[in-house]
Amino acid sequence: MAAAAGWFKTRTFGDRFIIEAGGRWNVQTVEAIEGKLRGIGAEARASAASGPALIDVAGLDALDAAGAWLITRTRLGLAAVGMDAAVEGAKPSHGALLERVEKALAHEELPPQVDHIFLRFVSAVGKAQFDVFVLARSLLSFFGLVLIVFGRVMLRPGQLRLTATVYRMQSVGLNALPIVGLLSFLIGVVVAFQGADQLAQFGAEIFTVNLLGVSILRELGVLLTAILIAGRSGSAFTAQIGTMKVNQEIDALETIGLDPIEVLVIPRIIALMIMLPVLVFYADLMGLLGGMVMATTVLDISLNTFLKQLQSGVNLTTFAVGMVKAPVFAFLIALVGCFEGFNVSGSAESVGQKTTASVVEGIFLVIVFDAAFSILFSILGI
Amino acid sequence: MENDTIISVRGLRTQFGVNVIHDDLDLDVRRGEVLGVVGGSGTGKSVLLRTIIGLNKASAGSIQVFGDNVTEMSDREQRAMQQRWGVLFQDGALFSSLTVAQNIEVPLKEHTQLRKEVINELACVKVDIVGLPPDAANKYPSELSGGMRKRAGLARSLALDPELVFLDEPTAGLDPIGAAAFDNLIRDLQQSLNLTVFMVTHDLDSLAAICDRIAVLIDKKIVVDTMENLMQLNHPWIQEYFHGPRARAALKR
Repeated sequence: MAAAAGWFKTRTFGDRFIIEAGGRWNVQTVEAIEGKLRGIGAEARASAASGPALIDVAGLDALDAAGAWLITRTRLGLAAVGMDAAVEGAKPSHGALLERVEKALAHEELPPQVDHIFLRFVSAVGKAQFDVFVLARSLLSFFGLVLIVFGRVMLRPGQLRLTATVYRMQSVGLNALPIVGLLSFLIGVVVAFQGADQLAQFGAEIFTVNLLGVSILRELGVLLTAILIAGRSGSAFTAQIGTMKVNQEIDALETIGLDPIEVLVIPRIIALMIMLPVLVFYADLMGLLGGMVMATTVLDISLNTFLKQLQSGVNLTTFAVGMVKAPVFAFLIALVGCFEGFNVSGSAESVGQKTTASVVEGIFLVIVFDAAFSILFSILGI
Repeated sequence: MENDTIISVRGLRTQFGVNVIHDDLDLDVRRGEVLGVVGGSGTGKSVLLRTIIGLNKASAGSIQVFGDNVTEMSDREQRAMQQRWGVLFQDGALFSSLTVAQNIEVPLKEHTQLRKEVINELACVKVDIVGLPPDAANKYPSELSGGMRKRAGLARSLALDPELVFLDEPTAGLDPIGAAAFDNLIRDLQQSLNLTVFMVTHDLDSLAAICDRIAVLIDKKIVVDTMENLMQLNHPWIQEYFHGPRARAALKR
């Protein structure tokens, strides 16, 4: 133990204050010594010594950069209280290390410029605000760019990358069927149960069916599917395009003379605009099915009554109001997903950040547009 | 004159924000030569390459390639131009969702009216030309080593039989044997396909082994000359670069 730890002793010899260091002064032991050395300046001044101090390092068994730093700092600390100090007796290898560390500490430390906390808060808030506008503007210009290429591809359908589009349709549409179906089914169950629970108090349990039909067809089916797809496919678009960006594949596309918007963005947007309505239709069916299972098994509403009530409660408009939103949401999700992918810069870290941003912005835009649709429909009286 | 000079840069200025990378830079690349571009970190070697191939916008100046001004081109003209040069990015930049053969076929499908079988055959030829084994053609980039990816990237850049190729640090990250093999490959291809090569590099061995002339980026401008003449110049960076221990070792061979 004694051999492993570092130690120091102080004594006064004539008019000199002497610190004798020994043992191992290294990164493992420095912590213990450092605390004890803190009061050394006061101790030196309180002693009878008046001449220069001496730090005797001849007894050191081991010294590393951390130990050398502590010795140098002690010396500088003594100098700061008006007592010059010399380090003596260093072994050659220790001497070189001490010299090197001394040189490193000789650089004058500039105090870091710290603004007032209030100032930092205000500037952070302002910057966040400004960033939102910058983001909105660049999203808008990306939207414009996509529209131009979209128009060009529509005019000359030969330019559409059919293979890529069909491949995306499979990955965003077909492969999402199980999760979308399960989720919608469960939501149907929940809505039916909660509705029945409340409506039963008025003896209007049968209107659960109307509640279920209207809420699933108008809102929940399309909204939940869009949110799910924003998390599932919007993020995938960002990660795919972002990784290509990091890997310079986007640059390579351009130098080959291919337009990245045409090759990467248009197939994704078209695929999602075709598949999201299909998924929403499927989600509507599964949601109603979930509600129906709940109603007929738990709520004592017979299948016949359920179907009759559903027929009277909803009509084609109810269904169409939900469906008409699907392509719009699909466009938004795909646009934001691709946009954030192109925003990736340089690192793998950036891919992660932009993927998160893409999901958050995608869901945000979906809900904002859903609200806008609601206002529009209420003005139109639908 | 036009036949002799393939790239002619005059008064080029590139900047990002207030940060000026190149200022009033002139450069000529002659037909049939291998030009190595060197310079310290951050002097804009890759930026120069990206500016010439149109991935960066120049703030001022003109860039003529094959006698046409790249900076004032329409999209359509630029596409036509792109068929006459090939670019190899640092890590190959192969499309990761496609096999090597499919990667090489991309430019062929895009810019030619060839039949599918012909394109397949041509892709196999390119795979062989860059020294890849035939079975590499059907592998994905992630299944290849770094050196093989670079060869595959080179094969893609040669797909349309360009007159000019741009290489961005072709030997970076390769072991010495692989790097030497890649140097030889570039030299062989340059001679057999009659290429002009514009190569950004840090590799002194490559410079000594295959470059006809060397362009040094210093003080936002460029100095071009043969290695022997550059070594006589009295600029501190050039002195340090060509007379450092690594340079001496490379030049001894």
